[in-house]
Amino acid sequence: MKILVPVKRVLDYNVKARVKSDQTGVDLANVKMAMNPFCEIAVEEAIRLKEKGVVTEIVVVSIGPIQAQETIRTALAMGGDRGVLVQTDADPEPLEVAKLLKAVALVEQPGLILMGKQAIDGDNNAVGQMLSALLDWPQATFASKIEVSGETVRVTREVDGGLQTLELDLPAVVTADLRLNEPRYASLPNIMKAKKKTIEIKAPDDFGGLAGGHLKVMKVTEPAKRVAGVKVENAAELVAKLKTEAGVI
Amino acid sequence: MAVLVVADHDNVSLKDNTNKTVTAALALSPDVDVLVAGQGVDAVAAQAAKITGVRKVLTAQSDALGKQIAEALAACVTPLMANYDAVLIPATSAGKNFAPRVAALLDVAPISEIIEVKGPTTFVRPIYAGNALETVESSDAKKVITVRGTAFKAAGEDGSAAIEAVDPGAGAPKTRFISDELVKSDRPELAGAKIVVSGGRAMGSAEEFHRVIEPLADRLGAAVGASRAAVDAGYAPNDYQVGQTGKVVAPQLYIAVGISGAIQHLAGMKDSKVIVAINKDADAPIFQVADYGLVADYKTAVPDLMAALGDAG
Ligand SMILES: Cc1cc2nc3c(=O)[nH]c(=O)nc-3n(C[C@H](O)[C@H](O)[C@H](O)COP(=O)(O)OP(=O)(O)OC[C@H]3O[C@@H](n4cnc5c(N)ncnc54)[C@H](O)[C@@H]3O)c2cc1C
Ligand SMILES: Nc1ncnc2c1ncn2[C@@H]1O[C@H](COP(=O)(O)O)[C@@H](O)[C@H]1O
Repeated sequence: MKILVPVKRVLDYNVKARVKSDQTGVDLANVKMAMNPFCEIAVEEAIRLKEKGVVTEIVVVSIGPIQAQETIRTALAMGGDRGVLVQTDADPEPLEVAKLLKAVALVEQPGLILMGKQAIDGDNNAVGQMLSALLDWPQATFASKIEVSGETVRVTREVDGGLQTLELDLPAVVTADLRLNEPRYASLPNIMKAKKKTIEIKAPDDFGGLAGGHLKVMKVTEPAKRVAGVKVENAAELVAKLKTEAGVI
Repeated sequence: MAVLVVADHDNVSLKDNTNKTVTAALALSPDVDVLVAGQGVDAVAAQAAKITGVRKVLTAQSDALGKQIAEALAACVTPLMANYDAVLIPATSAGKNFAPRVAALLDVAPISEIIEVKGPTTFVRPIYAGNALETVESSDAKKVITVRGTAFKAAGEDGSAAIEAVDPGAGAPKTRFISDELVKSDRPELAGAKIVVSGGRAMGSAEEFHRVIEPLADRLGAAVGASRAAVDAGYAPNDYQVGQTGKVVAPQLYIAVGISGAIQHLAGMKDSKVIVAINKDADAPIFQVADYGLVADYKTAVPDLMAALGDAG
């Protein structure tokens, strides 16, 4: 079975986002970018499925600027087989991303699409669900366990209140949550090997084009800052302050 | 303009998130209906009918809806949108799971986790783990929006809307429910609790988490939360996780015990009214957002706190 893993290049999760002074967005100039952590988990899971003999080929796809090649390269160094970059400098919104990914899926014909539950830049948590709806394939989001057997996949999902297990007919879309696995680091030999793997560079027009946004960002602002309060000496002082000053207990 | 709100419930009772989402909906239009989609939800619908400002309650029932299967919820809600200009869905795990499907089926852009309604087409939502706020304008004729409950006051309950059954839709033919493993607890629910006590990696084991965090929570009538590190290490169940990718809470009082205060954790609790941090490292970032910081080992600080609470009655 072929597996398709969409990955996004985002601001590294260790870097604190700074709002630009003209309020047009978050400053991404000269800051460290990296693969979205949830996408990394999806790549890792795809590799584990390949190691189990369930998956035969891992295709990594990203939609983004030319630098997103590096993100794909990282996934190939971890163990992906080949990459597709749909190159665009526009920052397409989830609906457009889902439409492009659908077109890629129709070309690649994977048995499973495994992706992140959320990109930590826009925090949309939407593309997987939309892709599944557009393809009319079943979905399982927030996966913490995935078992493929024959024509179905069993997914344990993290939901409010606990866990839910579903069985989906393949092909299907599954989105990864944090506890699915711990992604590996690429070894030096694998980084070298990945340099020889192919990354096809395509344009949105090869996959139906960008439809144009439905959402317009009017402005991006900084949230109200919390100011650090006081340090208390001991538990008794804390309780006294919570009762009389804050009035919360 | 008419707005549909999809109720948050567990087939047994209606959740407060529904009332909060109704408040957001009423900021858009006075014509707000609530859909209760589930199985055996007559009592839930009766509760929803009491929410102040609700025009009508719709019920849709099937097994797949009862299990909150995304495909089934989308198949039920999407056709209903012929009668509505917007659908507002609480940003719970179930809501986030199906809302984007409805948007895709309607060919519109979903708007995730709004915290403010600026106008009929303009909304504010956090991005980058809440380190930035984005004001977006939607040009779609129909809007599909998830609502962050902590940002809206709950609507009251003195209404008496009519209840009407609607078609549950085509279900989820390619998805089968296998099992649920739900954590039962007598404590208040994390998302709506007035006080939350959370434990972090410092607890070191599940036993220590039970021994330290839970009695303190019970003494305060609080819900229990945890950092990702504590959940990953198995000290607490996954649905206790507070943060960018866990639950977002905004209680009156949030007590963080042995939590460093990573941005991803702050994303889930920094809108709490009062924040207390107990940490032995005076430089822990959590102190930068804490109203009251206690630099101490939790092993002595928490028992002292229990004692002080005891004294305070
Ligand atoms: C994509 C992504 C999403 C994430 N989402 C979340 C999320 O939703 N929620 C979340 O919480 N994290 C999330 N994280 C993880 C986050 O970055 C941190 O790793 C995590 O919050 C750390 O948990 P902690 O504070 O318990 O542990 P640590 O950072 O290890 O902190 C432990 C603290 O305990 C203190 N301590 C130790 N011993 C004692 C003692 N005896 N008494 C008192 N204090 C003591 C230490 O001084 C330290 O400050 C996410 C990370 C990524 C990459
Ligand atoms: N530009 C993109 N290119 C490839 N995959 C993407 C892109 N944007 C989002 N995704 C995928 O969709 C998931 C969820 O993203 P989102 O819905 O934007 O939070 C990510 O983890 C990726 O797997």
